[in-house]
Amino acid sequence: MAKYLLLKHYRGGPTPINDVPMDQWTPEEISAHIQYMNDFAARLEGTGEFVDGQALAPEGTFVRYDGEGRPPVTDGPFAETKDLIAGWMVIDVDSWERAVELAGELSAAPGVGGKPLHEWLEVRPFLTAPPTITE
Amino acid sequence: MDEVLLRSLTPGVLGILVRRGADFAAAEDAVQDALLEAVRVWPADPPRDPKGWLVTVAWRRFLDATRSDAARRRREDLLDEEPAAGPVPAVDDTLQLYFLCAHPSLTPSSAVALTLRAVGGLTTRQIAAAYLVPEATMAQRISRAKRTVSGVRFHQPGDVATVLRVLYLVFNEGYSGDVDLAAEAIRLTRQLAAAIDHPEVAGLLALMLLHHARRDARTAPDGSLVPLAEQDRGRWDTRSIAEGVWILQKALARDRLGEFQAQAAIAALHADARTAEETDWVQIVEWYDELARLTDSPVVRLNRAVAVGAADGPRAGLAALVGLDASLPRRAAVAAYLHERDGDLATAARLYAEAARKAPNLAERDHLTRQAARLHARRGR
Repeated sequence: MAKYLLLKHYRGGPTPINDVPMDQWTPEEISAHIQYMNDFAARLEGTGEFVDGQALAPEGTFVRYDGEGRPPVTDGPFAETKDLIAGWMVIDVDSWERAVELAGELSAAPGVGGKPLHEWLEVRPFLTAPPTITE
Repeated sequence: MDEVLLRSLTPGVLGILVRRGADFAAAEDAVQDALLEAVRVWPADPPRDPKGWLVTVAWRRFLDATRSDAARRRREDLLDEEPAAGPVPAVDDTLQLYFLCAHPSLTPSSAVALTLRAVGGLTTRQIAAAYLVPEATMAQRISRAKRTVSGVRFHQPGDVATVLRVLYLVFNEGYSGDVDLAAEAIRLTRQLAAAIDHPEVAGLLALMLLHHARRDARTAPDGSLVPLAEQDRGRWDTRSIAEGVWILQKALARDRLGEFQAQAAIAALHADARTAEETDWVQIVEWYDELARLTDSPVVRLNRAVAVGAADGPRAGLAALVGLDASLPRRAAVAAYLHERDGDLATAARLYAEAARKAPNLAERDHLTRQAARLHARRGR
């Protein structure tokens, strides 16, 4: 088993095919999309492959250390950041192929007109603990 | 086996152990062990005196733990004697436990966790699941909390307000797990109300009951939020409402108003209206004025603007928003709602979309996105 992060971007990836902001959809299209996402997560729980899923607010702040005894420096939020993470799902699956297959299914979530979004999802393998047997 | 009944015995048992001289942290661990043992043993072999059984088992566990600790050998000699018999004022012990678990030296998250375990009798695993954190994290949070209050004398008088804040937090955090935190908060507040006669305790209990009554109506089958005005009021729990109103009326009659009573009064006025149109918004605005006087919180002024918008028209509501910081959570959502009622759909749609971007939780975000979408659809794509 190996863990993969399916990363959803507000922006930063290649432009999706069905690219209309969600507030321009109809309420029914939004409901259908949310239902698809929930069903997807529920199905992966059923197959024993779901680990975690979280959504993030779009606005964040950069923070860094600024020396002994000084408060951290903050910067942002940057309205025009190129790469913006919307949320993620962590899955625990048998193979890279399975991870790609599932990301493909998630990307088919319906958008405007009930048609698949074809949204780009980034799939990133987790770095794991070293195996016991190495030779 | 009735697990809630079992857990309701927790504070009384813990109080007895502490009264017999056990230190709070060790006694609390011993009571948890006894509760787990009860879950294991009682279904096949129910005791005649459940509380007495728990006290005996917990006390034995406490002594075992103390004995095994060589550093505490001297104290063991002191404690291994037969404990003094005689009546124990259980109610007073329960109250002291609430005070201790909500001690001002604790952070809110620690006080919540400690209250749920030491007063509520929940296991660390259940509390961790309810708050979506790893069990080891929750275990650390609880043991740190116990260390923090280890120097506090058990029978030191406490402040009811700090306890109420903790119970309010438990009620208001809508996380899920196999434990219903809202129901647990109501149970703990009810138990507190039995231990102390205080109008704000009654006010908080009434507030919880009145909001809990609407719970089923608040979400659609697909999990989406249903706003108050659109809820099927036939699905409101009338028994819970009746109890909340009755408790509130008794509290208000004592003429010692506080913020929870005022909030409950607003909830009661909503509960009174058979349809959204029948809502007595004028009275609700008056209660918000009281609440603003009591708390001076921007959130209260924001909610007041909604009520003013309903009582005196959307323009009046928008005027009531002036001066409220744009960064205030939900301000954009309220402004969007008022602009829509004022007929300015373009501004409303823009503000709903902005509110969705700033929404503090998924259910609200989805709801606000749908609102923006609904207005876009009405104006034509």
